[in-house]
Amino acid sequence: MIETLAFYLFSAILVASAVMVVTSRNPVHSVLFLILAFFNAAALFILLGAEFVAMILVIVYVGAVAVLFLFVVMMLDINFQDLRKGINTYLPFGVFVGVVLFIELAFLVLQTWIMPQASKLPLVSATPSLDTASNTRALGQLIYTHYLYVFQVAGLILLVAMIGAIVLTLRHRTGVERQSIRLQVGRKRADVLSVQHVTTGAGAPVQ
Amino acid sequence: MIGIVNYLVVSALVFVIGIWGIFLNRKNVIIILMSIELILLSVSINFVAFSAFLGDLFGQVFVMFVLTVAAAESAIGLAILMVYFRNRGSIAVEDINTMKG
Repeated sequence: MIETLAFYLFSAILVASAVMVVTSRNPVHSVLFLILAFFNAAALFILLGAEFVAMILVIVYVGAVAVLFLFVVMMLDINFQDLRKGINTYLPFGVFVGVVLFIELAFLVLQTWIMPQASKLPLVSATPSLDTASNTRALGQLIYTHYLYVFQVAGLILLVAMIGAIVLTLRHRTGVERQSIRLQVGRKRADVLSVQHVTTGAGAPVQ
Repeated sequence: MIGIVNYLVVSALVFVIGIWGIFLNRKNVIIILMSIELILLSVSINFVAFSAFLGDLFGQVFVMFVLTVAAAESAIGLAILMVYFRNRGSIAVEDINTMKG
């Protein structure tokens, strides 16, 4: 009973905040609703017994991606009102496409033949029972043994993304005076100082 | 009792809202990127639901890879967005025609 109630609560908030993400006037509000949607999706994952993925969702999406969005939205000086012009011309078409897509998806989902057919297939990696291993432990045993190479490739993707983002946004400004420790330390006395012998009454020789 | 169909319907709703958001905010790249995040989230919900109800842990492994790709995609997308804004002073999608493609 409480599980049913929790499912309907979390999924209702998830769908409502997803609608607010795409319809909100202020992009900062959109990002905040996106964070709410991610939290509720994580709650749904916990209801399904996937605790580790739920925690990863909160850490990666809320902690990194949503904050990145927030950073970009607040840093760029964009007139968002201009971007919203003509929004009503696309509204009926978008609603039409959405309704058609949802009807098709619901038609697929509500067919009862999908699940029996799928459950006849052999499992790729069966979930161990909870007394032998918790969800996190079972996932770790799977990732670090069977899917080790795939896991490494995922890390490589993140590395490439990081280097790409740095290279894209790196900017060498000209005309900015910077302190160069190397030049300061490597300076010799002879480069900057010269001692002149001045004879009395004649003045210093002109350089 | 909550079955897999309930989770699939919620996932389909979020997916459709993501598609709708792309149509609705055709000028604003930031909202389009957020809609893509919503679509990937709905796919993740699908994976976890099937993983839980079929007793197959591979779905949850795959969700982690989906998360990885989503994080990389949004990082690169926002970096391109920042470079574009620095050069052109606007992020309207229809202004993006520098390459005359």
